[in-house]
Amino acid sequence: MPWENNNTIEFISLFIALQSLSAQIYLETKQLTCIKQDRILFEDLNVQFRRGDIIQVAGPNGAGKTSLLRILAGLAQPYEGTIEFDQNNINEQLELYRQNLLYLGHLSGVKSELTAQENLEFQLSLHGYGNSDAEALLADVGLLAFEQSLAGQLSAGQNRRIALAQLWQSKAKIWILDEPFTAIDAKGVEAIEQKILEHANNGGCVILTTHQELNLPSNRVSRLELDYRF
Amino acid sequence: MEQGNVLSYFNLFKLVLSRDLKIALRHRDDVLNPLLFFIIIITLFPLGIGPEPQTLAKIAPGIIWVSALLATLLSLDRMFKSDYQDGALEQLLLSPYPSFIWVLAKVIAHWILTGIPLIIIAPVLAAMLNLPAESFLATFWTLLLGTPVLSFIGAIGAALTVGLKKGGVLLSLIILPLYIPVLIFATSAIDAASYGLPYGGQLAIIGALLVGALTLTPFAITSALKVSTN
Repeated sequence: MPWENNNTIEFISLFIALQSLSAQIYLETKQLTCIKQDRILFEDLNVQFRRGDIIQVAGPNGAGKTSLLRILAGLAQPYEGTIEFDQNNINEQLELYRQNLLYLGHLSGVKSELTAQENLEFQLSLHGYGNSDAEALLADVGLLAFEQSLAGQLSAGQNRRIALAQLWQSKAKIWILDEPFTAIDAKGVEAIEQKILEHANNGGCVILTTHQELNLPSNRVSRLELDYRF
Repeated sequence: MEQGNVLSYFNLFKLVLSRDLKIALRHRDDVLNPLLFFIIIITLFPLGIGPEPQTLAKIAPGIIWVSALLATLLSLDRMFKSDYQDGALEQLLLSPYPSFIWVLAKVIAHWILTGIPLIIIAPVLAAMLNLPAESFLATFWTLLLGTPVLSFIGAIGAALTVGLKKGGVLLSLIILPLYIPVLIFATSAIDAASYGLPYGGQLAIIGALLVGALTLTPFAITSALKVSTN
């Protein structure tokens, strides 16, 4: 019967829609516990990071924001619990996870002995974007005419910009940014915020910490509060 | 990988190797320091012991090799330190490529910067210590096969202690005992050569140590780096 067929097709499309909805979860923590120096930073943390999310991890100094981001990036191991990327434990698919991850810690990884361009080209090649035009990217972050300067001779903010230039090229789904705005001027902060929003709108997911107020539509940013615990 | 330009393992190796060499050449004292140390220790021995040619010739293999051990040890601390301090190590650990490749590149860069200068300068110092002419070739071969072993084994210790403020003492305690086999077989080869005996057996053992170190230590180094950055 024709109507039966239609119904089946509708049912299948509904099923696909449901599936894609659940597939929207990029990253999920399960019963995540972190203990540092005999102090519980967070316990049984269950969070889902979805496609299009911008999540600001907030909390006072020492609440465990950086620890959480490092655990999410797979740099540190949690005391207990697991992290799943596309429904699989990240430790079982590290290479795939790292292809989909851009992590910028509060140390930017910029070598003071290399020029701005050499630094950026190395970072990009290391993450599989060797073909990129590093000069153009540096111009995008306001480092035009500084390409050949040694990073050691540039200011803290300019060093930060070298690392942040990767955002303009990265195709990674998940961005984990630890204090990305440190030492960046107001105009630079605005450009990075726009970039973050653009990434989320294109189906990415951004997890960041900052003590500044984000100038982004409030319906787009969700906050994850971590308390200081004794 | 779906994203842009993917590096082959060989290109990744070249990328990391050339980066490390470039950084070292812009930071020349790091390269000169172990070499000067090597020359100074060896020149001090004749002053301390006396210039009698027979005595010097007898102890020359030991002096050359002990000095090589100490000069390598002196340079180990810096192998991962600066990358750890500026966050470049985190970025390397997060790259989607197997860590074996870039660890190998970093250790070989270290050997090129410390091992090769020692090999080049050693004949001059051997002549100064009145080493018999028959032993020169043996000295060259033992250093050529032995110094990379020192770099590889030393890198494990450097990786384990990279997170410590004053890891130098611990590093020596961990690493020096592991250097003893290389020292024994290398000096024994040079001794055998000075009596005109075959020394292929000793060289084969050092060669075996090199192959073992080359294939196995990168895994230990990666694990140690992960522990240190945790």
